[in-house]
Amino acid sequence: MKISVIITLKKDVLDPQGKIIHQTLDGMGFEGINEVRQGKYFQIDAKEDDKKKAEAKVEEMCKKLLANLVIEDFKIIGTQ
Amino acid sequence: MNSSVITFPGSNCDRDMDVALKKFGFKNKMVWHNDIELPKSDLVVLPGGFSYGDYLRCGSMASKSKIMKSVINFAKSGGKVMGICNGFQILVETGLLPGVLLRNKYLEFICKNVFVKINNKDNSYFKNIKKDTLELHIAHNEGNYFCSNEQIKEINDNNQIALYYSDKDGKVSEDNNPNGSIKNIASVFNKEKNVLGMMPHPERMIDPALSGEDGSIFFKNLINNLK
Amino acid sequence: MTVNEQVAIDHGLKKDEYKKICDLLERIPNITELGIFSAMWNEHCSYKSSKLHLKNLPTKGKNVIQGPGENAGVIDIGDDDAIVFKIESHNHPSFIEPYQGAATGVGGIMRDVFTMGARPIANLNSIHFGSPQHKKTKNLLRGVVCGIGGYGNCMGIPTIAGQTSFDESYNGNILVNAMTLGLVKKNKIFYSKAAGLGKPVIYVGSKTGRDGIHGASMASAVFDEKIEEKKPTVQVGDPFTEKLLLEACLELMEGDSIIAIQDMGAAGLTSSSIEMASKGKLGIEFNLNKVPCREAKMTPYEIMLSESQERMLIVLENGKEDLAKKIFDKWNLDFAVIGKTTDSKKIELYFDNSKVADIPIDTLVQNSPMYDRKWKKSKLPKKIKIKKEDFKNLKIVNVLNKILSNPNICSKEWIWEQYDHTVMGDTIQKPGGDSGVVRIHGSNKAVAASVDSSAVYCWAHPLSGGKQIVCESWRNLISVGAQPIAITNCLNFGSPENEENMGEFVECVHGLGEASKYLDFPVVSGNVSFYNQTKDVGIKPTPTIGGVGLIKNYKNVITMGLKKTNNIIIVVGKTEGHLDQSIFARDILNQKNGPPPEINLFNEKNNGETILKLIEKNYVKSAHDVSLGGIITSLAKMCIKGKKGASIKKPKYLINIFEYFFGEDQGRYIIEIEKIDFKNVTEILEKNSVHYDELGIVNKNELIIDDKSKVTIDELIKSHTNWLTNYMNK
Repeated sequence: MKISVIITLKKDVLDPQGKIIHQTLDGMGFEGINEVRQGKYFQIDAKEDDKKKAEAKVEEMCKKLLANLVIEDFKIIGTQ
Repeated sequence: MNSSVITFPGSNCDRDMDVALKKFGFKNKMVWHNDIELPKSDLVVLPGGFSYGDYLRCGSMASKSKIMKSVINFAKSGGKVMGICNGFQILVETGLLPGVLLRNKYLEFICKNVFVKINNKDNSYFKNIKKDTLELHIAHNEGNYFCSNEQIKEINDNNQIALYYSDKDGKVSEDNNPNGSIKNIASVFNKEKNVLGMMPHPERMIDPALSGEDGSIFFKNLINNLK
Repeated sequence: MTVNEQVAIDHGLKKDEYKKICDLLERIPNITELGIFSAMWNEHCSYKSSKLHLKNLPTKGKNVIQGPGENAGVIDIGDDDAIVFKIESHNHPSFIEPYQGAATGVGGIMRDVFTMGARPIANLNSIHFGSPQHKKTKNLLRGVVCGIGGYGNCMGIPTIAGQTSFDESYNGNILVNAMTLGLVKKNKIFYSKAAGLGKPVIYVGSKTGRDGIHGASMASAVFDEKIEEKKPTVQVGDPFTEKLLLEACLELMEGDSIIAIQDMGAAGLTSSSIEMASKGKLGIEFNLNKVPCREAKMTPYEIMLSESQERMLIVLENGKEDLAKKIFDKWNLDFAVIGKTTDSKKIELYFDNSKVADIPIDTLVQNSPMYDRKWKKSKLPKKIKIKKEDFKNLKIVNVLNKILSNPNICSKEWIWEQYDHTVMGDTIQKPGGDSGVVRIHGSNKAVAASVDSSAVYCWAHPLSGGKQIVCESWRNLISVGAQPIAITNCLNFGSPENEENMGEFVECVHGLGEASKYLDFPVVSGNVSFYNQTKDVGIKPTPTIGGVGLIKNYKNVITMGLKKTNNIIIVVGKTEGHLDQSIFARDILNQKNGPPPEINLFNEKNNGETILKLIEKNYVKSAHDVSLGGIITSLAKMCIKGKKGASIKKPKYLINIFEYFFGEDQGRYIIEIEKIDFKNVTEILEKNSVHYDELGIVNKNELIIDDKSKVTIDELIKSHTNWLTNYMNK
């Protein structure tokens, strides 16, 4: 199965990149942006047919490697 | 000879470049990224550093700043534009130069002296340099030059490769490729050879008490070629 | 939320401290006030366990412009130039999140320096990790190095020297100490003392978020709803914003708008505002609704205690607000007038039109607790007896190769190649030498700086260790030809509530003070980091010394690489063969007891000053101090750096070859001189009563000992450089 997961900085953690991208978009004339926050996207193709098991596996990967839980959150956004 | 060095927020080799250009006889002006017009210049330099913190992609946001419209027009009308390190990354993002600069192969920032082999001397940047290899200095995290197969063929056919990473005798091999660049490319021109991007910093090699002196050869030669 | 004793304890305050607060205020504080007290009275801000002992350190000298008590120390280097410098720890955050912890440590120390008006010109660091075999060590090392580089490189400040060590006592508590040097004109130094009434207080830099608000208070459920979302967060460094803040502050400092300026470091807005008011004997008043916030609905408590990075507090001259705002707008930074100075001698905070805190400044600063903690004196350990058989099977070349690849001796190139050490175009001596050296831009002068610590010596005998480390710093500066001027210290220890750890602190500080006084090498700034421990066991006592010296002409800088074949190699200083606590004893004989080498301050000073005389007369072609691993290790490093060999002979002493070559006696240097200068050099040494041994001569590419043992320099290079790279890439 293919599992998609996004990793973002936790809500209250400063996102310097997002902040500067926001400022640049403003400068380029894109109006009305409230906030920009950036993150990472992973697509993991795992040999596993059971959706629950596959997601559990990816969850473990996120906790152990993909995300830095001190400052980041992860979210599985799709499984096919 | 008049030169202009553009300062972006986060540029940090702008002063070093100013010192180097003046040392070899340029009348240099510092230009702020938010300015609209370029002063009259024989050479425009985009210096090294971390414009906009290297956020998103290195050079991506600086390439959208106000002064860059003038720099692009200047380059398109044949003006000499040189980008060093982050400046090279900015030039790539504007599309003035082909390819992209990826994260170094070993994912680590590298700061050290390297040797580069000059591939094309038929241009105002390297014409008349007697040596075939120069010892220069690199300091970057994203210097891994990459482009598609068609592009590599094109830049090869057009003689757009300026420098290769090499050993001190000019031998180009994987052993002396510091960052994983395709074909050891350290520096490229645009088709017309008036725009140059290079990862190594010649401005850090202008004093024997510092890292070395081959940068002096580059600048002395450059001002003579532009006269 | 109502405040009571338990809430105070959850904030890290002791029962009697809470009682003292209530007595001083003559009432129970509210939660914001309690937060402010807990921040100001904690060990980090109040120095309550250390100040009694720190006051004995020598802090004055003819070149000292500003000693401890400001954001950083300042020394005079002539021609109206001054150097601002300080070292600071960021140990605990770096253990939790190595990249961000180390990065914000570097950011914080640079802010301390440019707050005083100085442009940073060099960074250094001293980092200590657990045993290489410990499962966390590799990732912590990688994260810390990346974080230091990530911040310093982006700021465009060269990292010119450092120190890395491994010891199992840091397994659960690594140390990250960062040091910055800045350059300023003597008449443009800015201080944190507020002055004048009704002066606008401005906030500049990044917005305030819920970063690093201290954990204890969070655990106590100060926030009733949605605790998960409001958990304290690790500070994330934004070097790009700091670079803009640096340029903006320096631009504003060119004029005469600033009365006082202070960066918001530990305890953020709280300590910065209180420090400025306290020094100026004034009051201060803020409208907290004016503070630029990153998150919605931040409370006064959070705003006052946030440790968001890249922020400054400035007291401006009246009428300069527009001019200042224009500069900060240009650099795209937040700017807000948040309050004013008053004559109340109180800190008064308003939020949503009501008063949320009202505390006399005196109660927070002068009346803060001070403890005379119990401490245990340590005895000088007995000398170990090494039996002759222990040396019997040892081959000097094998031992040397092993020592060169010891994690604490080996080349740290893997680390410093990740730091930009050449940006700013003034780096004369790169990392890997005795000291880093940077030229004063546009002049012939240069400053040398070095960071050192010897936890093993301090652990074996804190008093000797404290002295030793100052002497080592002094020697590292002399070895590059610099006149030592002053030091900064970062005192990393275990818990002050543990009598043994406190004893280590007291005696190290005593030793440190004695040596710096004797050498006229005063302490101008520093920081104390207690509670470095895993469970109940403290780290080995690790005072880190950052030394700074001046080189009058950068062209005369001395490097350690051997220069020319047939030059003569001399050991300056007496060798007694002290092996206890040496790398040789610990690593080869597996013997971890015994006293550290003795310090003779007279010899230390005399030898160092004589070396400087030789350097001044241009006799010294290369030099290196003799430290860990003894004479042969130091000489091997000179061979490696110069890609030259040496043919040497042990002088006819009573001590054996291992004692002579691997002993770690102090106060010694190895120098290379030309043959024709030999007579003049030895005359000077003799005239100054300095002991020397003529060790041998420089050759092409082999180290040859007593005509018998040989090793090629290429092999030594391999031993020296491979360990760390292999370790990190395994």
